[in-house]
Amino acid sequence: MTNNKSSLEDIRSYYLQKAQNFKQRVIVCAGTGCVANGALDVYKSILDAIEKQGIKASTCIDSPNEDCNVEIQISKSGCQGFCQAGPLVSIEPYGYLYVHVKPEDATDIVEQTLMNGQVVDRLVYIDPLSGNACPRTVDIPFYNKQNRVVLGRCGHIDPEEIKEFISLGGYESARKAFLEMTSEQVCEEILQSGLRGRGGGGFITGRKWQFALAEKNKKKYIICNGDEGDPGAFMDRSLMEGNPHRVIEGIMIAARAVNADEAYVYVRAEYPLAVERIRKAVADAEAEGILGDNIFGSKFNMKCHVMEGAGAFVCGEETALMASIEGQRGMPMPKPPFPAQKGLFGKPTVINNVETLATVPLIIKNGSSKYRELGTKNSPGTKTFALTGHIVNTGLIEVPFGTTLREIIYEIGGGVTDDKGRVIENGFKAVQIGGPSGGCLTKDHLDIPIDFDSVKEVGAMVGSGGLVVMNKDTCMVKIAHFFMQFTQNESCGKCVPCREGTKQMLSLLTDIVEGKADSETLDLLESLAEAVRDGSLCGLGKTAPNPVLSTLRYFRSEYEAHVLQKRCPAGQCKALALPEILSGLCKGCGLCKRKCPVGAISGEKKEPHKIDQNKCIKCGTCAEACKFNAIVGV
Amino acid sequence: MNTEKFLTINGKQVEFNAERNLLEVIRKANIDLPTFCYHSDLSIYGSCRLCIVEIEGMGVVTSCSTTPKAGMIVKTHTDKLRKMRKIYLELLLANHHQGCTTCEKSDCCKLHDLARRMNVTAVRFKCAEETKAIDTSNECLVRDTNKCILCGDCVRACSEIQGIGAVDFAYRGAKATVIPAFGKDLSKVECVYCGLCASVCPTGAITPKNHIERVWSAINNENKKVVAQIAPAVRVALGEMFGLEAGTVTTGKIVAALKMIGFDKIYDTSFAADLTVIEETNEFIDRKTKKGKLPLFTSCCPAWVKFAEQYYSDLLENISSCRSPQQMFGSLAKETLPKSLGIDKENLYVVSIMPCTAKKFEAKRPEFSTDGNADVDVVLTTQELGKMIKQAGIQFNDLMPESLDMPLGFKTGAGVIFGASGGVSEAVLRYASEKLTGLKLESVDFKQVRGNKGILEKTVTIGDIELKLAIVHGLKNARAIAEKVRQGQCDYDFIEVMACPGGCIAGAGQPVSLECKTKQQRTNGLYDADKMLQLHKSQDNPYVLKCYKDELGEIGGHKAHELLHTSYQSRKRINNEGFSLLGGSGEERLQVSVCVGTSCYLKGSQKLLQKIMNYVREKELENAVDVRATFCFEKCDNGPNVKVGDKQISKCNLDTVCAEIAEQLKATV
Repeated sequence: MTNNKSSLEDIRSYYLQKAQNFKQRVIVCAGTGCVANGALDVYKSILDAIEKQGIKASTCIDSPNEDCNVEIQISKSGCQGFCQAGPLVSIEPYGYLYVHVKPEDATDIVEQTLMNGQVVDRLVYIDPLSGNACPRTVDIPFYNKQNRVVLGRCGHIDPEEIKEFISLGGYESARKAFLEMTSEQVCEEILQSGLRGRGGGGFITGRKWQFALAEKNKKKYIICNGDEGDPGAFMDRSLMEGNPHRVIEGIMIAARAVNADEAYVYVRAEYPLAVERIRKAVADAEAEGILGDNIFGSKFNMKCHVMEGAGAFVCGEETALMASIEGQRGMPMPKPPFPAQKGLFGKPTVINNVETLATVPLIIKNGSSKYRELGTKNSPGTKTFALTGHIVNTGLIEVPFGTTLREIIYEIGGGVTDDKGRVIENGFKAVQIGGPSGGCLTKDHLDIPIDFDSVKEVGAMVGSGGLVVMNKDTCMVKIAHFFMQFTQNESCGKCVPCREGTKQMLSLLTDIVEGKADSETLDLLESLAEAVRDGSLCGLGKTAPNPVLSTLRYFRSEYEAHVLQKRCPAGQCKALALPEILSGLCKGCGLCKRKCPVGAISGEKKEPHKIDQNKCIKCGTCAEACKFNAIVGV
Repeated sequence: MNTEKFLTINGKQVEFNAERNLLEVIRKANIDLPTFCYHSDLSIYGSCRLCIVEIEGMGVVTSCSTTPKAGMIVKTHTDKLRKMRKIYLELLLANHHQGCTTCEKSDCCKLHDLARRMNVTAVRFKCAEETKAIDTSNECLVRDTNKCILCGDCVRACSEIQGIGAVDFAYRGAKATVIPAFGKDLSKVECVYCGLCASVCPTGAITPKNHIERVWSAINNENKKVVAQIAPAVRVALGEMFGLEAGTVTTGKIVAALKMIGFDKIYDTSFAADLTVIEETNEFIDRKTKKGKLPLFTSCCPAWVKFAEQYYSDLLENISSCRSPQQMFGSLAKETLPKSLGIDKENLYVVSIMPCTAKKFEAKRPEFSTDGNADVDVVLTTQELGKMIKQAGIQFNDLMPESLDMPLGFKTGAGVIFGASGGVSEAVLRYASEKLTGLKLESVDFKQVRGNKGILEKTVTIGDIELKLAIVHGLKNARAIAEKVRQGQCDYDFIEVMACPGGCIAGAGQPVSLECKTKQQRTNGLYDADKMLQLHKSQDNPYVLKCYKDELGEIGGHKAHELLHTSYQSRKRINNEGFSLLGGSGEERLQVSVCVGTSCYLKGSQKLLQKIMNYVREKELENAVDVRATFCFEKCDNGPNVKVGDKQISKCNLDTVCAEIAEQLKATV
């Protein structure tokens, strides 16, 4: 039992004593992206390759079968962030990061690096902008422009080894909160830090805790919201998979702050690894006496449950999430009452996002003023983002608030790409920030410092932190259509504006991209979007029109081209395509005529051909077939 | 002026006190904010978004979910709000089957009403194209999801008031719909047909089933004599359909209207209610004095009876064996009227006019038919009667009252108050006290058993006997009481249960009313009607006494039992069908049913089922044996349970089943 200070220290010194035997460490990224690219095979191959050398690497700090003299430790980590370049393998103490590693690279890694300390050159990342080789993590622009505070050891430590977490000072903040601070002090410290909810709303976390603390009810709950539902977002997942104990520690501190003795971690079932890791982390923490009765000898008790959500987007909304835990249909309830007053099972409840809770131990450890050194005045600290879209380096990043989009896209992201992944100059068109509930920002916004308020001001939201970069060939109406399709499918169907409104917005957008809209459509779309935004019951509905409203605001001319001229400026909307054969380029070879599935092309041999627009179904087969690039507009 | 309790609505100071939410304050200030999902008896839901207001510093919020605070500055119809409401109504209309002229609810549809009030003159959005099937699977209610606006009132009413949850939401987004579990028909789930869903539904998505045509064709059949019985609660509500104040007693006008429509005789269910009082009180006193099974639950409410059969089959012996007044009337009418009217029994057509949808189900229960002839041929709701009167063009308000026909039209006040919660208990007390003490009861009112409380517990002392009563309405309350009874945590003698909150006066067949005071007005109407009558005690009804003398014989005697009492059945299995897993073609195959319920499953019934199927296939018995997966035989302790033919085998294994199959097959050959 770890009911006193010495025990955490015992574990720490035990681990450190064991660990000092290790001279080298191989860390294979076992985040979802890398695993999908074969990281587990890489792991196994490296193990085998080491064994071929006649030694056995240590896979576990205190496995009884291990030989103490083994000098090489091998472990799997959570997401290292640079998903674009996975599978990733880092080698300590050198700080090497190998990218795109395949199982057949294992022998070289073992023979050259582990045996001889040399870099395997072909596995080193080459910065496409400078052409420089970047053997170490710190050399890679993707990493060295970031400030990984919350992600910190995520991607380095073994997420399934509680002792390693403790050896790095883990659970010290929780112990401090339970033994050295009062509830009021914990709330105050978090309030002073200015920490704001990372789930999307950006509410001041300390204030939320104070509301819950003020409630007289004896029974209170903490909920950790891990129902990350935005398409393309994987910040919370990476945290839960990569450093689950950090999340648990945050939950414990929150519980201390409001005097709750029971917590739920709500993770979507589509994150099986996160569920498994969090479950193991809870079990391990219980086994070490960190969770359970009489925590750190403080007389406080705490029980932590892990609950799988069935994957409804709306269950990320706090009242719907609570309904889901209670076994009800996941539908939001009107607020007030707020969860802090009447939440789970009718008891005062604090519900925080994974990233928020993972930030908490840091604040308790270093103090709020230290925390405020990063970020802006009203949005202190750092924020993780999932960077995707038409960009060189996709992945999981963390930057201080106040960083500009330009820095993220060009310095960390490495610039904008075309559809085939090649870097293009001046190719940037827009970035969708905040997932389907966020908005589209343009090149005019590249230099605004990203924080909760400034992003909101320009009609988007930080949200949970999705960043989708779009190049100039993107049709913004289609993008709005895409996001509307998502929110419409994911609306719970409870309130009228969201249920019916998203359906009708989608229908209007479909009309626009299919060229069936008229001059009144845009006005109707706009007033409907506003009515949905202003009147919906929960955050999902209130933010669902954001992609439409922000694209209408910044790309209205594109909408007008679709509606008035029946033309898609980006050439993406099939229904509006007007295929045409340029007579100057057409050699009259007749290939297009033969390929056309509906016989819409006619022409004599060696004479320029023509397309009958009435017959054409705009499939684009002709343009693909033409060897002379004579067919345009489809 | 104490500013602590004032807020401003549209520039006007309004005082507030105990209002639960801002919406109620606004309505008190004579502004009828539109709503679909707000219902004072149900929880706050916040889905229709029509009660939106603008509050300074808060922006647009729904008033139903906002707590009134002193100093709030509220606006209810700004440009923004008007436009939003209009768009929401357009959105609802776009997704609503717009066959308004032919809709059951056309004269009282809230969507129709609000669209008109909010000046919706066109629907700018695309209208739904797909038409979903209409559920007409049962006798009582019709569900048409094409008209559903998903306000959830029915869902909450069914679970919060009745504690059943026969319908709920399914699917997400635009596909969201309110349906019974697994999309089954209402008749295949636990619905008790109380119709509360229909009475709270603002549109025509759930309506009482219309049987007007059946009645018209009986009336127009020259061979038939059509008689009507009018339930107590009908007389205080029908007038509402003709603009009269709720609670106005219109018995005489109803009789006149029915005569004009073509009914031959008009009687009163209250007569049968008097009969019920006599039978039920005797049953009760018998149990009480002979230490029989107590508490005694009333049996007048068919929704409650079905509820008890579904969930409390172990308490069925506690339910009075008395038929409900409707069915007592039916059996008595079919027994006595053919003779007195000089017709064949087949040609007597009994119509009941009821405030209730579940009565339609009750009338169809097989035990209330003799040789295919139902005691009550058809049940009309108050609403349907109103429609018939309108259809016939009868100017109801101008009719001169006429009197009911004798003898089955004569009643005492005790039979009339049946229609309100507490009425049955009071009527029973009026008889029981004279019967137990032998003294004439001077003051007939037992006001202590009246009132709106969901669960009212009273001890009434009669002579030296203490009677512990519980008067319950709303089946959720009934469930709470039944649980106590089941667990022996209470010592009631008599428990009155009505499914509808307030009793029959608030039945789902009554005219649609959106006003809170209606129920109270109807109740007052019934108690007034009691006062206006000469007699107030069932035992004083001379025709009831004559009926015993001429027809029934002794109270509780053989004939009375045959005509006036019934028995109940467990409905724990709503649907007893299993799944046939082997498709043979033999006509009379031996049925082998394997329980795959949880307990038997855990004891390996699934594997056993597989083995049995293999056995049947190996022995090529497909055409002789039908292997079925079924649910609980209620012998979970001794699983796995298998039924071969009529023989049930517990703790079964493959050998015992095969041996039994072989044996039974041998016997048939």
